[in-house]
Amino acid sequence: MNAKLFAYAPAPESRAVVDIAPSYGLFVDGEFREAAAGKVFKTLSPASEEVLSEVAYGEQEDIDAAVRAARAAFGPWSALPGAERAKYLFRIARIIQERSRELAVLETLDNGKPIRETRDADLPLVAAHFFYYAGWADKLSYAGCGPDPRPLGVAAQVIPWNFPLLMLAWKVAPALATGNTVVLKPAETTPLSALFFADICRQAGLPKGVVNIVPGDGATGAALVGHPDVNKVAFTGSTAVGKQIARTVAGTRKRLTLELGGKGANIVFEDAPLDQAVEGIVGGIFFNQGQVCCAGSRLLVQESVQEEVLDALKRRLSTLRVGDPLDKNTDVGAINSAEQLARITELAEAGEAEGAQRWSPPCELPGEGYWFAPTVFTGVSQAHRIAREEIFGPVLSVLTFRTPDEAVAKANNTPYGLSAGIWTEKGSRILKLANQLRAGVVWANTFNKFDPTSPFGGYKESGYGREGGRHGLEAYLEHA
Amino acid sequence: MPTDAAPRDAGRGSLSDVVTSDAALRRFLQGLPGVDAVGLEARAAALGTRSIKTTAKAYALDLAISMIDLTTLEGADTPGKVRSLCAKGANPDPGDRSTPRVAAICVYPDMAAVAKQALTEQGAGEVHVASVATAFPSGRASMSVKLADTREAVAAGADEIDMVIDRGAFLAGRYLQVFEEIQQVKAACGAAHLKVIFENGELATYDNIRRASWLAMLAGADFIKTSTGKVAVNATPPNTLLMLEAVRDFRAATGRQVGVKPAGGIRTAKDAVKYLVMVNETLGDDWLSPDWFRFGASSLLNDLLMQRQKLSTGRYSGPDYVTVD
Repeated sequence: MNAKLFAYAPAPESRAVVDIAPSYGLFVDGEFREAAAGKVFKTLSPASEEVLSEVAYGEQEDIDAAVRAARAAFGPWSALPGAERAKYLFRIARIIQERSRELAVLETLDNGKPIRETRDADLPLVAAHFFYYAGWADKLSYAGCGPDPRPLGVAAQVIPWNFPLLMLAWKVAPALATGNTVVLKPAETTPLSALFFADICRQAGLPKGVVNIVPGDGATGAALVGHPDVNKVAFTGSTAVGKQIARTVAGTRKRLTLELGGKGANIVFEDAPLDQAVEGIVGGIFFNQGQVCCAGSRLLVQESVQEEVLDALKRRLSTLRVGDPLDKNTDVGAINSAEQLARITELAEAGEAEGAQRWSPPCELPGEGYWFAPTVFTGVSQAHRIAREEIFGPVLSVLTFRTPDEAVAKANNTPYGLSAGIWTEKGSRILKLANQLRAGVVWANTFNKFDPTSPFGGYKESGYGREGGRHGLEAYLEHA
Repeated sequence: MPTDAAPRDAGRGSLSDVVTSDAALRRFLQGLPGVDAVGLEARAAALGTRSIKTTAKAYALDLAISMIDLTTLEGADTPGKVRSLCAKGANPDPGDRSTPRVAAICVYPDMAAVAKQALTEQGAGEVHVASVATAFPSGRASMSVKLADTREAVAAGADEIDMVIDRGAFLAGRYLQVFEEIQQVKAACGAAHLKVIFENGELATYDNIRRASWLAMLAGADFIKTSTGKVAVNATPPNTLLMLEAVRDFRAATGRQVGVKPAGGIRTAKDAVKYLVMVNETLGDDWLSPDWFRFGASSLLNDLLMQRQKLSTGRYSGPDYVTVD
């Protein structure tokens, strides 16, 4: 690339605001402790492959202890008046706000996503989620679950690495507001923000055992969801693991909600507000390096504006800034792990092999860490793997359509059903299509917009149950 | 200002027929892609979060100073006031002669001759005189008055004319009338460059601002300008971003490059840098010059100077160390 006249100087956010200890234990019954078997694992910064800390690795015995602590805490916690539980949640929300810069830097270090996103999206949403469900805690009679709904008991929660603290908030906030207690397993590659959250629970004076955090890998998660004394399982992650969990839980009395993969279609009509549609396409697939279950990974563009949209999209992608996630001007950060990078690389190669045209803007990727340049595939057909499989990376597949019916047919032609976007200036078309699209979330003239008041969840193989809003309470309540 | 940087060929012919009748022009303008207000404002806000530090900040501050149309448009303007503004524009920071000069001094037509003479005396002939014209700011006068206003300003030495469009005609849908007025004023300008002011605050919708942008560019505007600075809503990041997109698309369609001037309400260096970030990420290098982007401002200059001093000395000295004009 030519030297730009107006080249932005490095503007790194300071790491000094966060103090990462060399090692962390499990958080069980209100205190940090080593794993029973003494095993640990390392967590890396994906942008540099630097080891950030060593974290205790939870196994069956640790899960047993955590579930016991949660069971013991359940009685007194659920007996508290809702207004009292709300006080704790409000306190947690305020501490998150106060510590948001620290948590944003921590999340960026452990996950690889840009500080711009953790600062402006993740952390504000995390706090908002706790504030929102704090408000529900004393109003559960109005949640639509009967006049006196009861909590379920101990909730086993397993969360992914793409939005570590936000997914924790989506799970923990409604569970606590409704009077349940929690054992949560953060993702193997991003355990740190959950452990900092454990510290926030202590800071807020939350009774011990109400929140327990057991880091580990898939085996830890399997032990947790398979534990006979949990009443509720909530999982966000891949469809493959979701299916395993559904099999594990089948035939038990455990309640289950699953928020799984997606292959969202972003549908751009010829009468769309084009500049904003291009922004929506970019935000839809390159937000969080495309590691978003509801990403708009398929662009369905009307043939009559295909060239115009693609030209504008490529021009816009050339201004994306890829690099150091801690730089405040970075738009696209690192891929979360070597494993994920390998999967993205494999699928992108399959796209080329199957005949789609690959394009990336000129950009220099750092030498260390896990990186993948923003990529657009054109000439993609419904039969290509990159149009069917979830890539979970910064890779956009562009398909075209001629009529609204064809757009709906193609958008729905996927085993998933999590998200979709419609771009048109015609309000009546938005309303009609939103009813025809089999997706849990349909955005109109925007994409990847989240709010704690709005339920989120999937159709088909994208899972079941809703998180957020009043609907999010139902997953943690029993009709009286 | 240089003339067209790029060739005029591509697609030019396809646009000449849109101004053959009021109906054709209306169909064309109303057929432009719509603007989603939420998305436009979100994009402008996101660009406002860029962090511009050290060398990038130094570049941006100097560039912003060099892009200022230093303005006084008051009923109380006197030759003395205009002369002191010209001295300021020629040498913005008396303590640091490396400070760039502003792009132009912007005054009412009756002060254009005073400004021209003062700048010549200062040895700052490269600083242009910009004069508002066409019954600024309301534009409510007959065409003959508007043209006379323009001719007098040019005769008095104005290098640039900032005209206002007839918002009444625009809002009533008489687009061809607005088009022809701009064309006639452009002709009256002769060699002077023409900036066309929309008064975005009165056009009210983003769709209207996009239509006005294309209308003015089709009629031959050298610059399109957000506002007079005399109404409640003047330049905002979203309405300026929209106009940047319009000049980008217009060049792609016709090959002709047009400049953009936000005016009114930009008072801090921080705000000015945000506008430059928008120019940089929407249009790129081709527009990062006073030939293609201007700020219509008065108090902005002193804040830029204070920030510039802070960057070079490491200390913030305060308003007593810049001149009051």
